[in-house]
Amino acid sequence: MLKNKKNGWLAIPYTIWAIIFILIPLVMIFYYGLVNRNGDFTLENIAAITEPEHIKALGLSMLLSLIATLICIILAYPLAMILSKLGLKQNSFIVLIFILPMWMNFLLRTLAWQTLLEKTGVINQLLAMLHLPALNIINTPYAIVLGMVYNFLPFMVLPIYNSLIRLDQDVINAAKDLGANNLHTFTRVIFPLSLPGVISGVTMVFIPALTTFVISNLLGGSKILLIGNVIEEEFTQAGNWNLGSGLSLVMMIFILISMVISAIADKDGEGGML
Amino acid sequence: MKKHIAFALTFILCMSVLTGCSAGKTSGENGQVIVYNWGEYLDPEVLDLFTEETGIEVIYDEYETNEIMYPKVETGATEYDVVCPSDYMIEKMIENELLAEINFEKIPNSKNISPQYYEQSKEFDPENKYSIPYCFGTVGILYNKTMVDEPIDSWNVLWDEKYKDNILMQDSVRDAFMVALKKLGYSMNSTNQKELEEARDLLIEQKPLTQAYVVDQVRDKMIGNEAAIGVIYSGEAIYTQRENPDLEYVIPKEGTNVWIDSWCILKNAPNKENAEKFIDFLCRPDIALKNFEYITYSTPNEEARKLIEDEDIKNSKIAFPDLSKLEHLETYQYLGEESDQLYNDMWKEVKSN
Repeated sequence: MLKNKKNGWLAIPYTIWAIIFILIPLVMIFYYGLVNRNGDFTLENIAAITEPEHIKALGLSMLLSLIATLICIILAYPLAMILSKLGLKQNSFIVLIFILPMWMNFLLRTLAWQTLLEKTGVINQLLAMLHLPALNIINTPYAIVLGMVYNFLPFMVLPIYNSLIRLDQDVINAAKDLGANNLHTFTRVIFPLSLPGVISGVTMVFIPALTTFVISNLLGGSKILLIGNVIEEEFTQAGNWNLGSGLSLVMMIFILISMVISAIADKDGEGGML
Repeated sequence: MKKHIAFALTFILCMSVLTGCSAGKTSGENGQVIVYNWGEYLDPEVLDLFTEETGIEVIYDEYETNEIMYPKVETGATEYDVVCPSDYMIEKMIENELLAEINFEKIPNSKNISPQYYEQSKEFDPENKYSIPYCFGTVGILYNKTMVDEPIDSWNVLWDEKYKDNILMQDSVRDAFMVALKKLGYSMNSTNQKELEEARDLLIEQKPLTQAYVVDQVRDKMIGNEAAIGVIYSGEAIYTQRENPDLEYVIPKEGTNVWIDSWCILKNAPNKENAEKFIDFLCRPDIALKNFEYITYSTPNEEARKLIEDEDIKNSKIAFPDLSKLEHLETYQYLGEESDQLYNDMWKEVKSN
């Protein structure tokens, strides 16, 4: 970051920001996570992840966020391909439409889904008007996956789109010249070359989905306990900051792993649009 | 104490950065009072009136549960003057020496509070030294008459298969366990492992029947006909009935929780005198009435009750139940750290099941 010594001082405001709002909180989480209530060193807050309730919550979180990530890829890849083939004028408009909802607060959008999905909500009223059976997915894992996909889809589309528009047309033409059909061109050339974008998108969807507690609270009716909810409740309800921090440290391991994976796959920083 | 050091360090660092921003803010001519209250628990106009009359600026902050409030006050991360905790939390705060003794001479309007509520307060504040009642009420069942066939008078209905997916439970440890413990005929302050395990199993059994665990949303969901039955604080009953006349509030026969939320002054309050003036202002009958009409939670302020114009509400058994006529009523007590832990662990088991 400070390679250019001449302009190094420009980084000072951010460095101060990072120390106060990133470094110190991190140090505090490490501190709380590694001591017990009396302030003595212990590893039990981290080992607590093996308790059946925590394992269950973690397993469920992983399952739901995996499903959400898969759905995101299936939805995002074709969309990104279409976008990358459009002219600049058209695609900036579509990208705008796509990003527009993100300007609204994430919490509000999730609350809106609650109103839409409710038993007496908008969707069910429409279905009733058309004499169709009611949709009962609110307060189930389905609603949570829906919320995850809806909220995190742009984070999948944009990196994939970004890596697709950088694809050299000549490479694709060469493949075609050499006799590859469309499917082959896609599986042998386009997809492997766009993989860094996909991986970057996967980490950007999987990690927030894995740690979310708002979506599961609002769309799951607090009936479905994800690991994010466990951590949140330790802080807000149970007042056990040590356990909450210990479990957060475990979650950090997942974040580190995904950062390593995306760093290896994305050497050129192609997915770095967001 | 060690954890306070880490906290203090962050606090100092943040403050040294932030003080620059707050310098330009004008404070009231007679200083300020920092109030930490429940969300939607006071008519915002009252704050303006107070500033107009006294020249004291009110800095107002809100919380959703006692448990969220406590660590913020305990660590001293933010300085507050006045807080409004519930019964068991007041007991915990007295025990941990966080509250200041109130000088009642400085708060002459405190005599407007009916003596029976000071009497009730003795369960958690034995000498009435630390708290002045602000609101009180019960926890009961709110049901929709059009969705329920039989008259409801018992917690048992929350375990009735008929209402699967139509039941809203409280998303807070003590209130959820209160329901189960009362249904079993135990005390809601039980610390007996066996009794708590029974209550836990009962809650696990109930979970498939519940639509959701919510706190403040019970109100909106019941008004919107989302569910047939919900566990709710009595203070919301008047409001919800006004919005949806099909709703009915009942106190179950097995007994329930009588709670009191009271104003307290913190021991390290920076503006004690202003805090006294603020509480005195809130105890004034016309102000207490204004708050009651806004939040619809029962006021223990006898003089304010006399001022209520609507006879139905003035004599409402829901808003002002005759506590002596109801059986098996209890007030939450602070159970100590170990028992708190036990409750929390079991609640987690219920939630993850």
